[in-house]
Amino acid sequence: MITTDICIIGAGPVGLFAVFEAGLLKMRCHLIDYLPQVGGQLSEIYPQKPIYDIPGYPEIKAQGLVDNLMKQIKPFQPTFTLGERVDHLAKQDDGSYIVTTNDNTKVHAKVIVIAGGLGVFEPRKPVLENLEKFEGRGVTYMVKNPETFRDKKVVLAGGGDSALDWTIYLANLAERVTLVHRNETFRGAPDSAAKVYDLANSGKIDLILSANLKELGGNGTLHNVKLEGKNKEEIVIDADYLIPLFGLSPKLGPIADWGLNIDKSAIEVDTRDYSTGVERIFAIGDINTYPGKLKLILCGFHEAAIMMHSAFKYVYPDQKLSFKYTTVNGVNSF
Amino acid sequence: MVSFTVEDQDGNRQNIEAPDDMGLNLMETLKAYEYPILATCGGMALCATCHVEVLQGEEGLGNATDVELDQLENLPEYFPTSRLACQIRISTLLEGAIIKLRGEDN
Repeated sequence: MITTDICIIGAGPVGLFAVFEAGLLKMRCHLIDYLPQVGGQLSEIYPQKPIYDIPGYPEIKAQGLVDNLMKQIKPFQPTFTLGERVDHLAKQDDGSYIVTTNDNTKVHAKVIVIAGGLGVFEPRKPVLENLEKFEGRGVTYMVKNPETFRDKKVVLAGGGDSALDWTIYLANLAERVTLVHRNETFRGAPDSAAKVYDLANSGKIDLILSANLKELGGNGTLHNVKLEGKNKEEIVIDADYLIPLFGLSPKLGPIADWGLNIDKSAIEVDTRDYSTGVERIFAIGDINTYPGKLKLILCGFHEAAIMMHSAFKYVYPDQKLSFKYTTVNGVNSF
Repeated sequence: MVSFTVEDQDGNRQNIEAPDDMGLNLMETLKAYEYPILATCGGMALCATCHVEVLQGEEGLGNATDVELDQLENLPEYFPTSRLACQIRISTLLEGAIIKLRGEDN
């Protein structure tokens, strides 16, 4: 169990800056993010894009801002759990929370800050009847442990980089790999596409182009995948596994189940301190909403400062908070 | 002003009007008309929740960028005239177009 003052869910720019504001008030933070690195969208989606509306920076690249934030919060020694999704919040008798991730990491914190941005990036699912029935029984959306597929019949669907890369990887491991793609060409990396064509030409994999997934067959577990081919013909492929790889889409995820007031995928907050309707849970940055909300990094920074001053009373209930400037007091590291 | 037709997920059609001199895109306009579009990424062509199919008038809309095509290509369901509404600027070229909402998450 990790014990901290404040557990911040989401390690994007606003979550990171919240560590600084907490640190000035002597509160320690642990951050959790589903992505494998810090920085949120900035690092994952547009690291090289310039941002023009960060005060004091006429122009800064997204990754540059993240790097600077990491430097800025270093004195406060934040700790991180990356690549894990927060699934549950459990309120304790003393009002604190125990946060549990999908990998069963547990964090005990006096205050929860949701800085979840767009939410969690989850796999997009194909539109297939009975799809849910086969999830975990042959249908899987990511390759966690490639050994699962050793000597199995695997069908992959999709045309992006991950479909190409996993086809190449699994070609040597699985009994048979079939890649199904609805177009004639691939938009993924040309090198990977060339490798996939080579594997298909040498008979190591089956490549079925201009085809769409139509139906799943099996009794309890997956036995076959039916496709509709170029000329509307039905193609049936024996399969132990189907791996649809249609990219990721942001979803609110488990946050939706925590009893917070949600309006169109955003958490409603009180603008006095960005608190949610649930005591000790705050929401800042793109994931919150209130009248006049602007989804801007700079607004998230402001929200973080206000919010941390309000959280102080839960971390130090017996102390009086006095407001201080960094120009007067400096930054006193932990 | 430009006028075009929007068909929702249930097949209901409505003519809508939008100003063509305010730098709006189609996603923003559809949201203003209270169509259930999440537009989670705010218009950066990153979430595809504003996926539309252009039933008529696609030739006036210009070509999709690489970022947009990458998103569209990845969608489980996609049509020859699929576009992301956030990447279509409201201009007179939209006059008379018919747009069908296709966003999977809405």
